[in-house]
Amino acid sequence: MSPLSRREFVTAGVAASAGLVIGFYLPHRSGSREESFSPNAYLRITPDNKITVVVARSEMGQGVRTALPMILAEELEADWNQIAIEQAGASTLFGDQTTGGSASIRTTWDPMRKAGATAREMLISAAALTWNVPRSSCSAETGHIKHAGTNRTLSYGDLASKAATLPAPTDVPLKQSKDYKIVGQRLARVDSPAKVKGEAIFGLDFKIPGMKYAALSRCPTIAGKVSSFDDKESKKIAGVSYVGKIGDSAVAVVADSVWEAMEGRRVLNVSWDDGPNKDLNTAAVMESLKQGASKKPATLFSTGDAVKAAGRRISAEYQLPFMAHAPMEPGNCTAHFQGGKCELWAPTQVPQDCRDSVATAIGVDPDQVKVHVTLMGGGFGRRLEHDYAVEAALVSKAINGPVKVVWTREDDMRCSMYRPASLHQLSAAIDGSGFPVALTHRIIAPSISGQKGQPVPNGVDPDLPDEAGPVYGVPNYSVEYVMTETPVPLGWMRSVYALQAGFALESFIDELAVAAGKDPLQYRLHLLAKDQDLAYFSTTWKTARMRGVLQLAADKAAWNSPLPAGHYRGIACFGCFSSYMAEVVEITMEKDQPRVHRVVAAVDCGQVVNPGILEQQIQGGIVYGLGNALRAKITIEKGRVVQGNFDDYAPLRMEETPVVEVYAVPSAEVPTGIGEPSVPPLAPALCNAIYSATKKRIRALPILS
Amino acid sequence: MADITLRVNGSDKRVTVSAETPLLWVLRDTLELTGTKFGCGAGLCGACTVHLDGNAIRSCSTPVSQAAGKSVTTIEGLGANGLHVLQQAWIAEEVPQCGYCQTGQIMSAAALLAKTPKPTDEQVTQAMNGNLCRCGTYERIRKAVHRAAGNGETR
Repeated sequence: MSPLSRREFVTAGVAASAGLVIGFYLPHRSGSREESFSPNAYLRITPDNKITVVVARSEMGQGVRTALPMILAEELEADWNQIAIEQAGASTLFGDQTTGGSASIRTTWDPMRKAGATAREMLISAAALTWNVPRSSCSAETGHIKHAGTNRTLSYGDLASKAATLPAPTDVPLKQSKDYKIVGQRLARVDSPAKVKGEAIFGLDFKIPGMKYAALSRCPTIAGKVSSFDDKESKKIAGVSYVGKIGDSAVAVVADSVWEAMEGRRVLNVSWDDGPNKDLNTAAVMESLKQGASKKPATLFSTGDAVKAAGRRISAEYQLPFMAHAPMEPGNCTAHFQGGKCELWAPTQVPQDCRDSVATAIGVDPDQVKVHVTLMGGGFGRRLEHDYAVEAALVSKAINGPVKVVWTREDDMRCSMYRPASLHQLSAAIDGSGFPVALTHRIIAPSISGQKGQPVPNGVDPDLPDEAGPVYGVPNYSVEYVMTETPVPLGWMRSVYALQAGFALESFIDELAVAAGKDPLQYRLHLLAKDQDLAYFSTTWKTARMRGVLQLAADKAAWNSPLPAGHYRGIACFGCFSSYMAEVVEITMEKDQPRVHRVVAAVDCGQVVNPGILEQQIQGGIVYGLGNALRAKITIEKGRVVQGNFDDYAPLRMEETPVVEVYAVPSAEVPTGIGEPSVPPLAPALCNAIYSATKKRIRALPILS
Repeated sequence: MADITLRVNGSDKRVTVSAETPLLWVLRDTLELTGTKFGCGAGLCGACTVHLDGNAIRSCSTPVSQAAGKSVTTIEGLGANGLHVLQQAWIAEEVPQCGYCQTGQIMSAAALLAKTPKPTDEQVTQAMNGNLCRCGTYERIRKAVHRAAGNGETR
């Protein structure tokens, strides 16, 4: 299929299996700078009346395999039961295929709708030609074209081949939200039956004939290397067929089964060169953040003059630790290196990064590497890395055969890329009524992209534009960022910097409300009272929409009604990935520890595509955020990560899980992110509730440290 | 290496593995029943939950020798005649997100309902607390267990 120019969103042609194929382009959230681009998604309608959407977005639980085709099916006027989604791999498609940044819906909304509408218009034309009637007398409805005068109908399958011979129209009409039949419906997820039956094939479940299994012993010290190893004991384990160095800092043990590989690794004797970080510890990392605070910051947002503004000053510092994603499915990847080519089956959010880094690691051209994307047992950003794919390719090359590399939970916890630790300095100048005339938020944190050698234009980590925007209409207001460095490997973890930025800002606003002797809800509403547009990189944050979610959450939580004795509430709001979120947390204190009973969440994410999936994402984000807030903390001693499994890095369990109520502001605005925005408000809302209960302010996470 | 016979989902299976091999890896690698998942290898997350003579156990921490001559039920054997009532409830309550832990969750719930057909909320928590879910589906799991038990909204 030919490349598309910027103006052409779709291209049409005949499918290999006959029928109609529409190729279209799905941009990544950073936007494309390419002048022309090849299609990276396809809609295929075949004469057997099947409709397939081929799309390169990875399913890690967020429901893309259901929600994305819904958008297309709406404009296509398809019968929802006809539609299937097919996962595209890196080798067959171009354009950015990253799944992350709460971007799957917001970046595909327009192209998906246009592709569906284009096919619909072509099918109508094909029917009009077939019947020799005016186009205007034909209409599309649930997978059929109908002729108004004669009540004749033809199915999309009947018309697909003829439609494929017609030119693709430009400027196709799109439906009004009031006419939606599929978008906005609580349709059941397409992947649930396979998942409850144990038939869903995750990366770890994928098998190819003759495949071996590998466990790697990786240097436990950050940036350390293998000095030497002795494989004598490993080779005594039945099934172990190969032991060898992989890269500079790991030794692989290959065996016939996962267990034999793990046993072989257990008895492997490796001497490590601990390298430059052998004395690194968490205290030193936090100290480096403190030192960074005095460096000249980059300005993320600025209005008025937040430094010179007069008024009583209130300042506070907040800090957050490193955290680990810990998805349920540990890292793994299957690779088959053969004759200068490598094929991989990876649970990955970044098939193209896997392809490119594997190509470099094994010394072949990227087009010799084929990446298939499997289902993922959670992602949360951990699978935005490609370490598992590179390891699998290197081991496969070393043994010249197919192999699956399997990480243990300890590998996942200790050899990961972590949410950056951060320090936040907030300062406000207060007027006579207790409200800020000036507000400064300085974020001091290492840059994830910077550490990975990616561009950090003007000293601004490229994630911050989605995750650290202004919230309030304060006349003198600045948000600043100081980039620091750390040897601790960094990764993007669900909501990325928004968790840190939201915790600091929303805790501080609560402190200001307390200092002013005002109700925290009313205090926030006052700061949002005036309709204002706060321009922040490519997003314009609207105080009216933030006010809307705050009020909705408060109303649903009955903020102004008294609670049972011993119950306390906290509130917080924050925006990230272009969505607005507010949460009210209700707690009791038991032996100095909070017990969260109920969380009421309100979101404004524009048009809701599937309310069921929206609820899942928000409930899940809140449980994730609560686990983060209470206990998530990765610490470093002597250059090594201390935590190893779910005992010392303990996620939330059922007994600690609150009831979560989710409310969405009705909206026909363009949909915005939903996978991450519910995470940031949870920690500050909880800490604000704890303050309400105890008069103790928590300025460092986790709460139970 | 040892020859071990165990009854898996109603059929006798003979495997030749080292006797200490965790049941999990025998199920997954030897018998190719991959519905049982690996999460922590230490009995901390419950993703590997199966039934051994009707009791929910963590197969990652159970040597296969302990299952010799016993009856093992995995997720693949749970709904022998179509979907088990718990699997139906899981779909109805839209529980799964990534879905990775859910087979272990369902096996824990099935063991609970087999002994306690009408569990209280507390009994559900007690039975399910050992099963982790990073997608945060716990409240839906609770609802699905009650739904399967016919507890309705009353709990």
